[in-house]
Amino acid sequence: MTLAYPIPNDTALEPPAEWAKLRGECPVAHVQLPSGDQATLLTRYEDVKQVLADPRLSRLLNAPDAARLSDTDDGGLFSSEMAAIIPDGGEEHQRWRRLVGKWFTAKRMSALRPQMARIAEQLIDEMVERGRPADLKASLGFPLPVYVICDMLGVPAADRERFSYWSDTLLNLTKYEKSEIDAAQAEFFQYMSDHLAAKRAEPGDDLLSELIAAGGPEDGGLTELQVLVTGMALLVAGHETTANMIGKMVAMLLADRTRWERLLADPSLIRTAVEESLRFDANSGFGLPRYLPEETEVGGTVLPKGTTVICSMAAANRDEGAFDAADRLDLTRSPNPHLAFGSGAHSCLGQALARTELQVVLEVLLRKLPTLVLAVPVEELERLDGLAVGGLLKLPVRW
Amino acid sequence: MKITVDEEKCCGAGQCVLIAPAVFDQRDDDGIVILLDAEPGEDQHAAVRETAAVCPAGAIVLDE
Ligand code: HEM
Ligand code: SF4
Repeated sequence: MTLAYPIPNDTALEPPAEWAKLRGECPVAHVQLPSGDQATLLTRYEDVKQVLADPRLSRLLNAPDAARLSDTDDGGLFSSEMAAIIPDGGEEHQRWRRLVGKWFTAKRMSALRPQMARIAEQLIDEMVERGRPADLKASLGFPLPVYVICDMLGVPAADRERFSYWSDTLLNLTKYEKSEIDAAQAEFFQYMSDHLAAKRAEPGDDLLSELIAAGGPEDGGLTELQVLVTGMALLVAGHETTANMIGKMVAMLLADRTRWERLLADPSLIRTAVEESLRFDANSGFGLPRYLPEETEVGGTVLPKGTTVICSMAAANRDEGAFDAADRLDLTRSPNPHLAFGSGAHSCLGQALARTELQVVLEVLLRKLPTLVLAVPVEELERLDGLAVGGLLKLPVRW
Repeated sequence: MKITVDEEKCCGAGQCVLIAPAVFDQRDDDGIVILLDAEPGEDQHAAVRETAAVCPAGAIVLDE
C-alpha cells in the first residue's frame, strides 16, 4: 500500500512515528498526495539536502506530468503562472536574487533590531492589558512579521487583514475552492499593481520603490511584472512562515519549562535556541516539492525523469545520521546545519530577517514576561491544517 | 586557519555575518559575502568553523 501524504499526526509538536521508520527502511518512498497523484518522499538529511541544492531540478510543478499537490492545485503556489515569473534557476535566478537579496543582508536586519524590539514590546503591552490568558500567536506572532515586512515594502500595515486572507488562499492546500483562490489572486494582483503605480508616481525609500528605480531588464533591473510578483511573493513569504514559527518556537520552549528557565538564566543562548527550534519543528508543513526534468539518482535509487519529489526538511532535521541525539532539543547545539530554510541557491532569501525576528521576539518575551507559561496542557495544542506552512491554531499562554 | 569564500556559490543568506561579523560582511549592492579577514586569530576560530558548517551554499571553505 502506498503511504498517504501528508502523514496524519494527532500531536501538535511531536513527529509522526513513520519518520524514523522511513529514514531507516524506506528513505525514498512512494506516497500518494491529496490529489491522488503519486510522488516520492525523501526523509534523510543527505538526500533532502542534495535534492534541494541540485540546480537541475525545478521548483515549478507546471510540467504536464508533474504531480498536483491537491485538487485545487492548478493555480496554487507551486504551479501558477505567477510563480513562473520569478526565474526558477540559473543566471537569471541569481540576478533576481542579488537584486532583491541586498535588502535582506544580515547588516540591514541588525539595523532593524531596535524597531522590531519596539513593535514586540508594544504588542506584548497590549496583550497584557487585555488580560490573561491570551493567544500569543494572534497577539504577537502574527502581527510582528506583518508590520516588519509591510514597512520594508512600503505597503500600509492597515491592510494586513487582506494580506492575511490572500496569503492563506495561496498557502492553504485544502481549505478553498478554486474559484475563491482565483478571485483572491486577482484581487491581490490588482492591489499590488495599484500600489506600484502609486510608488512610480511618488517613490519612497522602500524596497519596491528602489526595485522600480533600478530600471528594466535593459538596465540590469526587473520587468514591471517581475517587480509586481516579487512584491506579492515577499508579502506572502514574510507572513505565515515567521508568524507560525514564533508560535511554535515559544510552544516548544514552554512545553518543557526547564528550557524557558535555562534561557532566563542565560539569554546568551537565544541565538542557538532559535536555530534549535527551527531544527526541532516537527510541524513545519508540507515540505518542498521538486520536479525531475531528467533521471536523477537519490540515496542509491534512480528516479525516472518526470518524478515529483517531496523533500521533508522536518524529517531530515531529525535524522540521527546528521545530528547527535536528534530527538533531543538542545539549546546549545552548534553547529546546527538544519534544513528549515532549505539549502543551496534557492535557500530562503529572508532567513536573516526571520532569524532576527525570532531572536528579538524571544529576547523581549524573556525580558518582559519571565513568568510566561502555557495556559493549556501541551496535548491540547492544536495544529493548523491544510497549510503548506505548518503552525498551531492558537497558543494560549498565561504569565 | 585560512578561509576562502566562493562568491559565485554564495546566496547571500547572511549566516556568516550573523555568526562571525568580525570576519565576514556582505556587499551592500547584492548581499554577496565579503571576506574581511582571511586568517583570523584563535578567538574567531570556533565561530568561523560554525559558519562553514551552516552556510547554506557551502561557499565557505577552511584550510586548517
Ligand atoms: C521562519 C520563517 C521562514 C521559513 C521557515 C522559510 C522557509 C523557506 C524555505 C524552506 C525556502 C526554500 C524554498 C526552496 O528551496 O524551494 C524559502 C524560500 C524563500 N523565502 Fe523563506 N522562510 C521563512 C521566512 C521568510 C521571510 C521572512 C521572507 C521574506 C520576506 C522569506 C522569503 C523567501 C523567498 C523570497 C524565498 C525564495 C528564494 C529563492 O527562490 O531564491 N522567507 N523559505
Ligand atoms: S553564509 Fe554562505 S551563502 Fe550566506 S552570505 Fe555567508 S557565504 Fe554567502
